[in-house]
Amino acid sequence: MFEWVQHLADWLVYQALNLNPNQHLAAALNFFIYDTIKIIILLVLVIFLMGVVNSYFPIDKVKNYLSRKKLYGSEYLMASLFGVVTPFCSCSSVPLFIGFVKGGIPLGVTFSFLITSPLVNEVAIGLFVGLFGLKTTLIYILSGVLLGTLSGAILQSLKLESYLSPWVKELLSNAQREQDIFQSEDQSLKNRLPIIWAEVRKVLGGILPYVIFGIAIGGLMHGYIPEGLFERYMNKENLFAVPIATLVAIPMYSNASGILPVVQVLVSKGIPLGTAIAFMMGVVGLSLPEAMLLKKVMTVKLIAIFFGVVTLCIILSGYLFNLLL
Amino acid sequence: MSVAIKILGTGCPKCQSMTQVVKEVVAEKQIDAQIEKVEDIEEIMKYNVLSTPAMVVNDTIKIKGRVPSKDEVLALLS
Repeated sequence: MFEWVQHLADWLVYQALNLNPNQHLAAALNFFIYDTIKIIILLVLVIFLMGVVNSYFPIDKVKNYLSRKKLYGSEYLMASLFGVVTPFCSCSSVPLFIGFVKGGIPLGVTFSFLITSPLVNEVAIGLFVGLFGLKTTLIYILSGVLLGTLSGAILQSLKLESYLSPWVKELLSNAQREQDIFQSEDQSLKNRLPIIWAEVRKVLGGILPYVIFGIAIGGLMHGYIPEGLFERYMNKENLFAVPIATLVAIPMYSNASGILPVVQVLVSKGIPLGTAIAFMMGVVGLSLPEAMLLKKVMTVKLIAIFFGVVTLCIILSGYLFNLLL
Repeated sequence: MSVAIKILGTGCPKCQSMTQVVKEVVAEKQIDAQIEKVEDIEEIMKYNVLSTPAMVVNDTIKIKGRVPSKDEVLALLS
């Protein structure tokens, strides 16, 4: 599908600029041009597709569905799957959390949604397909869903309701399986498309600088760092590599767009994919700004438990990835 | 009659751009409106919204979870 992009990059670098393929600079530049074009195309496609899905699949319906249906344990999985298709901006996490609590949805199920949603988002999916191919993308989505499901179930079993902020506890005691009357925006696809398209342009515009910066760093590393350099320190035999990568990642607040092109090069230079993905999930899934937001609804102790369980699950999935791939 | 507009949002970039869009429309079309930005989460939750930013016109939620275009806002206000 993207052979023509490679031809274009080759032509630009080796013919138009007349660079020698054996030069570091040529390799870096070729990588940069190819990756940038390919990733932008994929991002537009995936963000647009998810925009359409999201436009017809609003969060209120998710909440109603989860609070209405008896799901016999599969609700964690459902919440986690919903988390994949409904992107929300991180400042919505508190209203969402409250809304779910008020709707009588168990705390653990709410966590399942909250964990998967930032971890597996449309931007990351677009980048994953472009950088690692379909198979790895599927494994990434699957492990994100598994992570959300598992963490949610664990958190539920810990019975954490008493660690919520007082005003949230009060909401919890008044919670009822109410169904909000949902007024869907009655618009045809034709009317929605301009809105969705505007959203695609806005999202893309917002992340493009990070993506290009990330690819540029990746290109430089690709061209100049010898292969196997990281392999000596971060190989599969080093049992500490996954936890270290995860713990280093959490304080780094970034989104998937900036970090993934770098991760790709780390992988090509010898870091096992599982370790690299654990690193990426640590960066994307947990962050200090998110913790600050959550302080409005949870005690510090609950946030610590929440982060702890998720960290543990990320580390486990890192090991799992390394075993599988 | 003056229109009461409330913008619900904890202060993320999307909430700010919604405020921006609404303010611009009100100024450009010289609409008689009072714009209030609601950032207190307990206050926001009274409106039962799950995703911010949300735009409330005369106590009815008109838009939630996304930034509207200027045309949309104008249509809602006139």
